[in-house]
Amino acid sequence: MKNKILPFSIIIIFGIIFFIFYKGLEDSKIYTPDVNTKKEIPVFNTKEFFSEENVKSSSIFELDKVYLLNIWSSWCVPCRQEHPLLMNLNLENKLNIIGMNYKDNLKNAENFLNELGNPYKEIFIDLDGTIAIEWGAYGVPESFLIYNNEIIKKYIGPLNQELVDEINLFIK
Amino acid sequence: MKYLKFFLIVIMLFPLSSINAEENDKRNKITKNLRCLICQGQSVYDSDSEFANSLKIVVDKKLQEGFSEYQIYEYFKTKYGEWILYDPGLNKNTYILWLLPILIFLIGGAIIYRSFIVKK
Repeated sequence: MKNKILPFSIIIIFGIIFFIFYKGLEDSKIYTPDVNTKKEIPVFNTKEFFSEENVKSSSIFELDKVYLLNIWSSWCVPCRQEHPLLMNLNLENKLNIIGMNYKDNLKNAENFLNELGNPYKEIFIDLDGTIAIEWGAYGVPESFLIYNNEIIKKYIGPLNQELVDEINLFIK
Repeated sequence: MKYLKFFLIVIMLFPLSSINAEENDKRNKITKNLRCLICQGQSVYDSDSEFANSLKIVVDKKLQEGFSEYQIYEYFKTKYGEWILYDPGLNKNTYILWLLPILIFLIGGAIIYRSFIVKK
């Protein structure tokens, strides 16, 4: 009897271990950010894009207004793709689009805006990428839908028509 | 007088350099435990990507502000979640990870004990 329990239990234990590791293989090994949890927006100090004057985050984001914070850069190719969509979104008066210029050469960034238009109500600069980290961003482009100083939703990567429709739905 | 000056200089330089080194060690230790999210299989310390470089700046800033190692990890955890740490804490998602080796060790020990030691 004793001799039978031992091999049997070994098989079961290895079976369980195998199952756990096998399940583990299916998990994503790539960072998948949490896009739906509401979070307070961070507090930071930065510079305004055109005037290069110091601004506080609290003076940019007001309560009771919907904002779309868009992280962009002139060297980022997908930003170029989503830019026309931002221009269209800007036609909706209820949405305030704020730009965060990420690790960019300011001259190039200005050329980018001259070429493709400026959909942003306000732009601030993030020269060393530290403000983007405060926001929990890890690349460009990224967009944050903000209402009442809370991040409602995070969009990673370039916006597309589907997401724009979703944003429009939210504004209405 | 000359010797006195020399000694004073040595005394003043010595603790400063050791503080600096300590700070560096701490920074390296922390950045080695942070996962570079956009590069696969690299820590922030190893990577030279835009994201990792910004993260290093943030770690430096936090250290200067007097954050402890644990506080820095907590800060990044609220921003990016547990995934950014290479050394995750014990919680409901990681308890298997932590307990499985102990369990295997105990079972193995029991098997060895029963089949070799008790038999004698």
